[in-house]
Amino acid sequence: MFESLSDRLGEVFDRLKRRGALKEGDVAAAMREVRIALLEADVALDVVKGFIDKVTERAIGEEVTRSVTPGQQVIKIVHDNLIEMLGSDSAWIELNAVPPVPILMVGLQGGGKTTSTAKIAARLTNRDKKKVLMASLDVTRPAAREQLRVLGEQTGVATLPMAQGETALSIAKRAMAAGRLQGYDVVMLDTAGRVSIDQGLMDEVRQIRDAVNPAETLLVADAMTGQDAVTTARNFHDRIGLTGIVLTRMDGDARGGAALSMRAVTGVPIKAVGTGEKIDALEDFHPERVAGRILGMGDVVGLVEKAAETIEIEEAERLAAKMQKGQFDLDDMLSQLQQVAKMGGLGGLMGMLPGIGKLKKQMDGAGVDDKSIKRQAAIIQSMTKKERKNPKLLNASRKRRVAGGSGTTPQEINRLLKQHMEMGRMMKQMGKMGGMKGLGALLGGGMPPPREMPGGPGQNAQLPLPGSGGGFPGLPGLGRPGGFPRFPTKR
Amino acid sequence: MSAEQQEPERRGWFQRLKSGLSRTSDKLAGGITALFTKRKLDTKTLQQLEDLLIASDLGVATAAKLTANLAHEKFDKEVTDEEVREAFAADIARILEPVARTLKIDGANRPHVVLVCGVNGSGKTTTIGKLAQQWKAEGKTVWLAAGDTFRAAAIEQLQVWGERAGVPVIARPQGSDPAALAFDSLSQAREAGADVLVIDTAGRLQNRAELMDELAKIVRVIKKQVPDAPHDCLLVLDGTVGQNAHNQVKVFRKMVNVSGLIVTKLDGSARGGVVVALAEDFALPVHAVGVGEQPDDLRPFEARAFARGLMGLE
Ligand SMILES: Nc1nc2c(ncn2[C@@H]2O[C@H](COP(=O)(O)OP(=O)(O)OP(=O)(O)O)[C@@H](O)[C@H]2O)c(=O)[nH]1
Ligand SMILES: Nc1nc2c(ncn2[C@@H]2O[C@H](COP(=O)(O)OP(=O)(O)OP(=O)(O)O)[C@@H](O)[C@H]2O)c(=O)[nH]1
Ligand SMILES: [Mg+2]
Ligand SMILES: [Mg+2]
Repeated sequence: MFESLSDRLGEVFDRLKRRGALKEGDVAAAMREVRIALLEADVALDVVKGFIDKVTERAIGEEVTRSVTPGQQVIKIVHDNLIEMLGSDSAWIELNAVPPVPILMVGLQGGGKTTSTAKIAARLTNRDKKKVLMASLDVTRPAAREQLRVLGEQTGVATLPMAQGETALSIAKRAMAAGRLQGYDVVMLDTAGRVSIDQGLMDEVRQIRDAVNPAETLLVADAMTGQDAVTTARNFHDRIGLTGIVLTRMDGDARGGAALSMRAVTGVPIKAVGTGEKIDALEDFHPERVAGRILGMGDVVGLVEKAAETIEIEEAERLAAKMQKGQFDLDDMLSQLQQVAKMGGLGGLMGMLPGIGKLKKQMDGAGVDDKSIKRQAAIIQSMTKKERKNPKLLNASRKRRVAGGSGTTPQEINRLLKQHMEMGRMMKQMGKMGGMKGLGALLGGGMPPPREMPGGPGQNAQLPLPGSGGGFPGLPGLGRPGGFPRFPTKR
Repeated sequence: MSAEQQEPERRGWFQRLKSGLSRTSDKLAGGITALFTKRKLDTKTLQQLEDLLIASDLGVATAAKLTANLAHEKFDKEVTDEEVREAFAADIARILEPVARTLKIDGANRPHVVLVCGVNGSGKTTTIGKLAQQWKAEGKTVWLAAGDTFRAAAIEQLQVWGERAGVPVIARPQGSDPAALAFDSLSQAREAGADVLVIDTAGRLQNRAELMDELAKIVRVIKKQVPDAPHDCLLVLDGTVGQNAHNQVKVFRKMVNVSGLIVTKLDGSARGGVVVALAEDFALPVHAVGVGEQPDDLRPFEARAFARGLMGLE
């Protein structure tokens, strides 16, 4: 249901190619699409309106550079302004205070406070070489204090021993006293989740703030949050004064418009991003990545990093060499299929790719999904070693055997073989042309290297379509697939 | 905050839901009031109305559709704020009516197996605690299975809920295989002749293929023992969620055949409006809503009340 902004703008601007400066009418038309894209990305309505006004003003009269289309120009302006609004990427926990420095973690229920407390504490300990004490002030949620204690044990960060019958406020005071007495640099205070309209609970956390005078008060919020992000952020900011935001669950496929909303209403920086349940899944905030995501252009940088992480470079290079020599056998195809699965499956990949709207529709139409990838892998796995090396051996009776073994049909096997053949042919051609390089190869062509992304995202919006000579490995019905023989970054 | 403090004031569930919802819809309703005293329904006003629906997470498409309906009936006519709200509420209630269905425990199943899944932190474990309490009070024998063997203290959390409700919790140490635990729990609950077995699962984001596979495996393993189990598979949605809810429902439904939804945290400032769009797109039953952290803070989902609450109507 979500079309990316580039798809939408493509439609708007198809009519007005080759024009000089952006005219008011064109900009207005484009901004209607930008507005929808932002709303679908969960940016709060008020924030969207303010943003559109600002960008409209800046865009009208802007010269369209010869090398880009008006649509791409508009996307660039939108993208740049989004980044500007999302703020700088260098903020980290401020420790300029007399130790023990108190850090207060607040937010709605289930947002990720306790987990983020442990993540930040671990980073302060391991990277910044601070002596950190964590204390859970959550006397509401069952086993909340036990949760923090276990996380402390896992990370080797000290936690305040529990005591019965204490209030949140008294635990906070006890934690600060222990911090002073035992020479801690930082005391992290994890609080119970609270809805921002519960006056009693908001008063409680305000009292805690007054008692400990935190150097940082961080709002921990879920990247999947909808329009409520503004209300919650505003209420917390008004009542207790925030100094930063921690955005959790950025490992999901939410577009993350909440980041923009919260940043806009509070003005405080996003200080860290949660990207998983494990303690080390904490990253710095990169506005350009989030901007790309909000616009539905995909997190290309993230994709490249993930690819580099999950795909063994040597394996990829071995495949590339074989492909160029035209020796790409079914075992190699299996290896490719498995790499796609490793990268979080098609869902994971697609979530990070730009211009996915059209391709997604085509793939759905062709019945391509993670299941079909698994079925293809199962087919190859049911073949003998000899058959994999030399698919020509597969006569009708062998095909029936393989179909039985993999729970598929002979037709599916024929499809797979045909596809393998086409891949081989492609590869040979490409070998002659000197091979595909970089990310372009991964995505089947058409993609510039990732660093160019923020500069001209619109150019990247087109994924190869059937017949254009690219595509995912092993996808039936998508014309002549390429593959990913080579990766640009080693890590 | 805590049960102890709120216990004396036990208002009717409708009262509580309404006060929760009306707080959440203050802005929406207020916005509509500001737009109208009595004036002509023109294009500009319609745009503003559509915006207000979007601000409740109904989504661009559903908001446009509802606004178009209104325009069809009332364009260029003099309308009051009240009329507009009534019209929207009626439309929304019509969409929600078919999905407002309570969760039915089938006595023929011994036990009736309920698998509970969802993204991280949406309220799965708490909802299970509330359901256990409710079913226990109806005289059913309820067993819980601590299937979140991943998150720190997830098992202890469910055990506390089990104690509160006075029902047994089957658990294994952290790090155990959740599918094996589910299988064992089912045999134990069958042996004990329990009426209901509720299986908790670890939170997982729907784009994590390997975690979704793990969930599918839990279902497969359960089916080995009782082919038509789990009899219900509940997806718990956080009421503050935005448009990502669509992906959640889509993927979870595909992987484990979700039979119904529960929406939590509607006691906060979020409006849960995405439920309206979900009802249109997926038509999955919405069984209940969470309106707090206490055991009795689970209410049946009531289409008309929800719709009117969303519009700030009595
Ligand atoms: N995928 C993912 N899960 C996360 C992230 N951060 C936290 N979680 C998970 O989200 C769930 C809730 O996290 P908690 O840290 O318990 O949240 P909380 O805000 O302390 O919750 P309350 O104390 O109940 O208000 C847990 O399952 C965590 O593992 C993240 O960045 N990504
Ligand atoms: N205000 C409010 N809080 C709720 C509601 N339901 C659950 N919570 C709170 O939300 C937080 C997370 O709830 P859990 O039940 O732990 O969520 P979960 O889905 O089991 O989380 P994970 O297992 O970590 O994925 C807890 O603090 C709960 O008390 C509700 O209806 N209203
Ligand atoms: Mg917590
Ligand atoms: Mg849980």
